[in-house]
Amino acid sequence: MLIKTNQPVKIIKKSVDARLVLEDGTVFAGRRFGALVDTDGEVVFNTALTGYQEILTDPSYAGQMVVMTYPQIGNYGISDEDFESRKLFLSALIVKENSRIASNWRSDYSLDDYLKAKGIPGLEGLDTRMLVRHLRTKGAMRGVIGGIDVSIDVLLNRAKSVPPMAGRDLAITVTKGQRFAWNEDIAGINGQWKQQDLFAKKPESKYHVVAVDYGVKWNILRCLINVGCRVTVVPATTTADEIIALKPSGLLLSNGPGDPDPLQYSVDNIRQLLGKIPIFGICLGHQLLGLAAGGKTYKLKFGHRGGNHPIIDLQTRKVEITSHNHGFAVDADSLPKDRVEITHVNLNDQTVEGLRLTDVPAFSVQYHPEAAPGPHDAHYLFNRFTDLMREFQSQQ
Amino acid sequence: MPKRDDLKRILVIGSGPIVIGQACEFDYSGTQAVKALRSEGIEVVLVNSNPATIMTDPELADRTYIEPLTVEFLELIIERDRPDAVLPTVGGQTALNLTLALHQEGILKKYNVEMIGASAEAIIIAEDREQFKDAMIEIGLDVPHSIIVSSINEAKSFARHNGYPIIVRPSFTLGGTGGGIAYNSDEYDEIIHRGLALSPVHQVLVEESLLGWKEFELEVMRDRHDNFVVVCSIENFDSIGVHTGDSLTVAPAQTLTDKEYQRMRDAAAAIMRRVKVDTGGSNVQFAVDPKTGRLVVIEMNPRVSRSSALASKATGFPIAKIAAKLAIGYTLDEIPNDITQKTPAAFEPVIDYVVTKIPKFAFEKFPETDSTLGIQMRSVGEVMAIGRTFKESLFKALRSLEAVSPFRPEDLSREKLSASLARPNENRLRFIVLALEQGWSIEEINRLTNIDPWFLDQIDQFAALQRQIRGKKLKSLNEDEFVLAKEYGFSDRRIAYLTGSEEEDVRKYRHSLNIRPVYKRVDTCAGEFESFTPYLYSTYEREDESDVRTSKKIMILGSGPNRIGQGIEFDYCCCHASFALRDEGIESIMVNCNPETVSTDYDTSDRLYFEPLTLEDVLEIYENERPDGVIVQFGGQTPLKLTMPLARAGVPIMGTPPESVDLAEDRERFAEFLNKLDIRQPAHTLARSQEEADEAVKKLGYPLLLRPSYVLGGRGMAIVYGQKRLHKYLKSAFDSAPGQAVLIDKFLEDAVEFDVDAVSDGIDCVIAGVMQHIEEAGVHSGDSSSVLPTFMIEKRLLDEIRSVTKRLAKELKVVGMMNIQYAVAQGELYVLEVNPRASRTVPYVAKSTGVPLAKIATRLMLGRTLKELGITDDLQVSRYFVKTPVFPFVKFPGVDPKLSPEMRSTGEVMGIGDDFGTAFYKAQLAAGLKLPSSGAILISVNDLDKKGALAVARRFQSLGFKLLATTGTADFLNDMGVETESVKKVSEGRPNFADVIKNGQVDLIINTPLGEASFRDGWAIRTAALQHNVPFITTISGAVAAVEAVVALRQNHMKVVSLQELHEAG
Repeated sequence: MLIKTNQPVKIIKKSVDARLVLEDGTVFAGRRFGALVDTDGEVVFNTALTGYQEILTDPSYAGQMVVMTYPQIGNYGISDEDFESRKLFLSALIVKENSRIASNWRSDYSLDDYLKAKGIPGLEGLDTRMLVRHLRTKGAMRGVIGGIDVSIDVLLNRAKSVPPMAGRDLAITVTKGQRFAWNEDIAGINGQWKQQDLFAKKPESKYHVVAVDYGVKWNILRCLINVGCRVTVVPATTTADEIIALKPSGLLLSNGPGDPDPLQYSVDNIRQLLGKIPIFGICLGHQLLGLAAGGKTYKLKFGHRGGNHPIIDLQTRKVEITSHNHGFAVDADSLPKDRVEITHVNLNDQTVEGLRLTDVPAFSVQYHPEAAPGPHDAHYLFNRFTDLMREFQSQQ
Repeated sequence: MPKRDDLKRILVIGSGPIVIGQACEFDYSGTQAVKALRSEGIEVVLVNSNPATIMTDPELADRTYIEPLTVEFLELIIERDRPDAVLPTVGGQTALNLTLALHQEGILKKYNVEMIGASAEAIIIAEDREQFKDAMIEIGLDVPHSIIVSSINEAKSFARHNGYPIIVRPSFTLGGTGGGIAYNSDEYDEIIHRGLALSPVHQVLVEESLLGWKEFELEVMRDRHDNFVVVCSIENFDSIGVHTGDSLTVAPAQTLTDKEYQRMRDAAAAIMRRVKVDTGGSNVQFAVDPKTGRLVVIEMNPRVSRSSALASKATGFPIAKIAAKLAIGYTLDEIPNDITQKTPAAFEPVIDYVVTKIPKFAFEKFPETDSTLGIQMRSVGEVMAIGRTFKESLFKALRSLEAVSPFRPEDLSREKLSASLARPNENRLRFIVLALEQGWSIEEINRLTNIDPWFLDQIDQFAALQRQIRGKKLKSLNEDEFVLAKEYGFSDRRIAYLTGSEEEDVRKYRHSLNIRPVYKRVDTCAGEFESFTPYLYSTYEREDESDVRTSKKIMILGSGPNRIGQGIEFDYCCCHASFALRDEGIESIMVNCNPETVSTDYDTSDRLYFEPLTLEDVLEIYENERPDGVIVQFGGQTPLKLTMPLARAGVPIMGTPPESVDLAEDRERFAEFLNKLDIRQPAHTLARSQEEADEAVKKLGYPLLLRPSYVLGGRGMAIVYGQKRLHKYLKSAFDSAPGQAVLIDKFLEDAVEFDVDAVSDGIDCVIAGVMQHIEEAGVHSGDSSSVLPTFMIEKRLLDEIRSVTKRLAKELKVVGMMNIQYAVAQGELYVLEVNPRASRTVPYVAKSTGVPLAKIATRLMLGRTLKELGITDDLQVSRYFVKTPVFPFVKFPGVDPKLSPEMRSTGEVMGIGDDFGTAFYKAQLAAGLKLPSSGAILISVNDLDKKGALAVARRFQSLGFKLLATTGTADFLNDMGVETESVKKVSEGRPNFADVIKNGQVDLIINTPLGEASFRDGWAIRTAALQHNVPFITTISGAVAAVEAVVALRQNHMKVVSLQELHEAG
C-alpha cells in the first residue's frame, strides 16, 4: 500500500495552468499533473470505471489523449503487476480529479509519479462530462494541451495541424522491433504475483501460437498461455514466409492503434496465410482479417472505448459484456457474403463485432476477450481458438 | 426469448409495514414490478398489509389486498384469485419467507401456483447459511470460517478454536435482528442466548471475525439465457463490523483495481449460477482483507433489496422493473434501456459521478440503548447524494440528513476524540473531519477506524479547506476559494458558520460572484448516449444539461430521509401530487434525496432533482426552473419548515398561505388564535425556567404534558405526575436547548383522542375521516392504533369535531390538506394540534374511503374547487378499518416497550373487517401480534387501571381463558369474584412472572405502567414478552379492543376483500 499524506498543506485554491484546445475551437481549462509538458493527439473518451492503468499502457491508444468519464482516477495507484505493455503510448490522460494518494495493497506508485516518470502529461479539473458530451455529439477530434500563457489561437492552429487518425500507420510506431518468446519476465513479474490466484493456472502448452504485434496487450499473451499455448511474438512487419518458418499451430493478429487501412503489407501477409494456419484476430487484428477477406473498414464517429459493451453471439444468442477500444470498424455491407459470416454484433449500435471465414479456419472479434481492463465474459474465444487449432491439426 | 404466454395472473407480495431493515425501498421495487407486469398485459393480484404504500393504490394492481402477510391469509387470497404464479422477490425478506412457507406447506402446489423470479431451492441455498457456505466452497470461493450452532455448548467449542471476536448471526431474522459481535465470553453467551431465542429455527451462525476488512457489494442481474450483468458496485466507507444498512456507502467502488473488481464480478456470476437465480436481481456482499487482498463471500440475497434500490437510483437502471420482466420470460437484450431508448438493458451501467448514501438514525428516541453501530441494523432511513466528486457527494449527503442542529464537536480532548473515532457511531464522519482539521494524520485515523485511506484523504482535503476558511471574513473569500468550497460540497450554511455570517449573506455574495450550480443528468452511460429522462443532480461545473422547459410546471418538495414520525406516508402524498399534476397536464418537478422512495423513481415525475431539501438547494432549483408554484404540504415537516424562508425569497407557495403555516407552527401564537375563536384547548402555558414552571403548576395542577417548542414525532414529549420528574425533564430540556421554552399543557386524563383529515379549497371543507384512537390520550398519535369510522362517541361531539374542523379550515384559509388532533375528556372536546399539511394518516384514510385525497388536495391547490370535483359531502366508509403501528423495540435491547408521548413506531398496518373486532384482529396480526383464541392471560395493572382491568378480565374469563395476575392485581380480581391465579413479581422472588412467560404458560399479557415504584417489574414483564414473542398490551383500552378481536376470531371465519371490490360496492 502506498499512501502519501501529511505533505505540508499549501494554500488550497482552484488553480488553472493549462488548456485543452480542440480543433473546432472548444477550450477547456484545467490543471496539469504527471509530466508537465505540452502534447497533442486525437481526443477520445473511455467509460470504464476501473482499469486506468491497463488503459494507460494499452498501445492501441497511441496518438490519442484519453478522457476518463469516471471522475476520480488514480485512487488505487499503479501496480507493477497490471501493465499491458512495456511503455505508455498515449499522448495524455484527461480526468476530472487525479487522486493525491494511492490506496491499495498492491499499489507501487501513485498515478502522478508514474506519469511523471514516463513523461506523459495529465490534465485535471475540467468538466470532463461536458467534454465527453461534446465528443459524442461532434465526434472524436484532434486537440492540443498547452499552457495558459500560450494564446488559444496558437494552440488551435497546432490542433488543426495534428495528423488525422485516418490513413496513418500507427502500428509500426508501437510494435516491438524484434521477435521474442513471451514469458512473465518480460513484464517484470517473474511469476511472483502478489495476488496468488491471478494467472495461477499454467497448463502444459500444446500449441505454438505466433502473435503478430501491432501493439499487443500482454494479457492476450497471458490468456493464450492459460489455454495451453506457447507464444512467439513477432513484429508487425514480419512476412508470411517468416511466420510459416516458425511452424506455428495458429496465428494471432493482435490489437493495435488507429486505422487498419494503411497496413496493406499486413493485409497481404494475412491473405497469404489464410487456410495455411488457423487465425484469430483481435481488434485491429479483426479489422485486418476483415480487409484480407475482402471487406472495408470505416471510422466510427467517436468509437467504442469502455468495459460495458453488450455483444450478442449470433450463434448462441448469448450476450457478453465486453471490453472495447477501437475507433474504426468493419463495414458489414462490404463483406463478401459467400465467404464471411458475421458472428457477433454490438447491441448498442449494431456494428460488426465478430466474423468468421467460412472457407478457411479464421475468425476475429472487434473487442477484447483478454479484458484487462474489463469483464472476462469473452474469454471463451481463446478456447475457441485452441479448438480451431486442434481441429486443423487433426485434419492435416 | 420472448415473454412466456402461460402467465396470465401473477400474485405480487409486498413487504408489510416499514420496519428497520425493510422500508419504502420495497414499495419502490414492488410498484415498479406491478407496473412492469401490467404493461405486459398480465393481471396483477397484490397483497401488502401496509396501507401507506403507493403499491396498494387501487389503480396500480388489478386486485389489491390490504391483509395480514401470513400463510393463512395468503391462502385465502390464492384460493379466491387463483394466480398462475407468485413473484416473491420484490417484497423483501418478508415476501421471500412467506412464499417459502407457502411452498413448504404445500399451498402453492395445491393451487398450482408457480414461483417465478426465485425458486424455493434458490431461496434456501441463499438463506441457509450452512448450505450457502458449502455451495461457495464447492465453486472455489472463499468464505469466513464459521459453523451453525443450536446450543450454547456447540457455540463455546467454536470459540475455543477460533478465539474472539466472534460474529453471531441468528438464522432467518430480518436485518440481522438479534445478532452481534462478541469480544469476550460473557458477551458471547448473552448474544448466543438471545440469537437462539429469536431465530425461528433456533439456530445461529458463529463466524470468524472480519472486523476491519473492507466491504463491497455488487448488484447483479441474470436472465434465463444465462446473461449476467453487474448493475452497480458499492464500497462501504465503514469497514466490516457495521451492518451495511448502517454504513455510509459509496458507488461505484473506489479503491479496487480492475483485476480485483473483475475477480469479484466473476465470483458474483458464479454465485448466481450456483444458487440458481435464473431470472432477476440479487445482491452479493464481499469482504476484502486490506492487507492481503483475500476476498471472501459474505452473503447474497436472491431478490431486490435496499441496496438494489440504491443501485437503481445511483445508476438510473431500474432493477425491480427489469427483474419483473425477466421473471416472465424476457431476456436482458429484449428489454430497452428507458433512459437512452436506443440501447438495451443488457449492459452494465457506467456513471460519471460519485454517489454517497448515509443512514439516518433515531437513537435519541431510545436513550437507554447503546448507540455503538454493529452488525444489527438500526438506522431508520437514509439519504443519497450525487456529486461529481466523492467530496461533493459526501457533503451533499451530510446536509441532506437535516440534522436539527449542526453537530460541531469542537472541544474534545485527544483521548475522547480518539475513542469517538474508534467506536463506530452515527457521528463518526464528523469526528473524522474534526480530527483531520486538527491535523491528525490519515494513518492514525485509519488505524482507529479501519476506514480506507483514500476516503480519509478526500475528507482531509475538505478539512484543510475548512481550516483555511474558518475565521475569515466572508467577503475576504476570493472567487477561486469560494468556487473550490462549493466544488468540495460546502453548503452556504457551513460557509456562514465558518465565516461568522448569515446564510443569506453567503448566498447573496455567492450570487454576486455568479457562482451557481449546474445540473447534470444521470444517464446510465456516462454521457456516451443521449438521455431522454431529466433525472438531474447539481454540481459546480461548466455545462448545464437541465434543458428547462417553459411549460406550466409545479415543483413538489419531498420528505427527505425516513425517520420516526416522517416516513413513507409523505412519499405517498408527494407521488400523488405528481400523478395529479400529470392528470392536469402540468409538468411535475420532484425534489427529494431519499433513495428508497417511489418519488425518486425517474418515471414518477416529469423531472427529478435528486437533491438535498435545504433552503439553499431548493432555492437554486427554483431559480433554475422557475416553476409556477411549489408544493410544500405533502412532504411532512421537512418542506413545511422551508415554507416561510421560501415565501420570503419570493417563491410562490401552493395552497394554504405561508402565514397560516407559520401560525400553526407557532404554539404560542396559535393558542391565542384558538382562544380568539373560542375553541377549547387544554390549559397550557410555557416556561423558560424552573421557577416559571413551578408557578404554572400551581395553576394547572398535575399531570402535565411537557414538550420542547420544536417537535417532530413527539420528540422529547413526556407526561409528568409530580415535581421530581418535572424538574428532571426541565433540566435536560434547558441543558440541551438553552433559551428555548418548554411547552406545558394540562394533560387530559382518561381522554380519547381523534385524528381528523380534511381537504379544503379555502371556502368549503370536506372531512375525509375522523379516526378514533384505540389507546388513550398520552400515547403519541403515531403510536396509537386507530379506527375508522369512530365508535363509542356521542353524535354531539362528532358534530362538534366536524364543525370545528370546518371553521379552522376556513379561518386558516386552508387550501389542500389539513389534519387536526382532538381529545374528548369528561364530555368536552379539546383541540390538541392543527397541521395545515398532509398527515401521516392520509394514505390510510384514502385507502379506507377509496378517495385519493392527496390528488384532490393537489387539484384544489391548482385552483379547482371541491364543488367542481364533485366532492361535497364528508366521506364515509363501508367497513371497519383499523390502523396499527409497529415498533422496533427488538432492535434496541434495554429499551422499555411501553407506549408514551414519544413516538417510536416505524410503520403501520391496516386491518379491514365487517366489524371492529375483526378489523382489529387483522391489524394486530399484521403487526405481528397474534391474539390467542384461548389459553392463559397474565394481567398486571396499576391501581388506576384496576377497574378497567376487571371488566376485561371478566370478559376473557367468560370466553374460557385462564387468568393469571401479579399479586396486587390478582388480589383485587379475586376480591371482585373473578378467579385468578396469583403470580409473583420479580421483586417478590421466584418462580415469578418472568419464569411463567419463559416457560410458555402465557398466551397474552396485559400490562399497564405500574408507576415508579414498580418500574422494574413492568419493564421486566414487557422485555420478557418481547424476547419470548408473547403478545402484550400496555393500555386498558387496547385490552378492551383485544377482547372484541378475540370474540370476532372465535365467531367468524376470516375473509379477505380487495380494495377494488370494497370501493366499487361502496
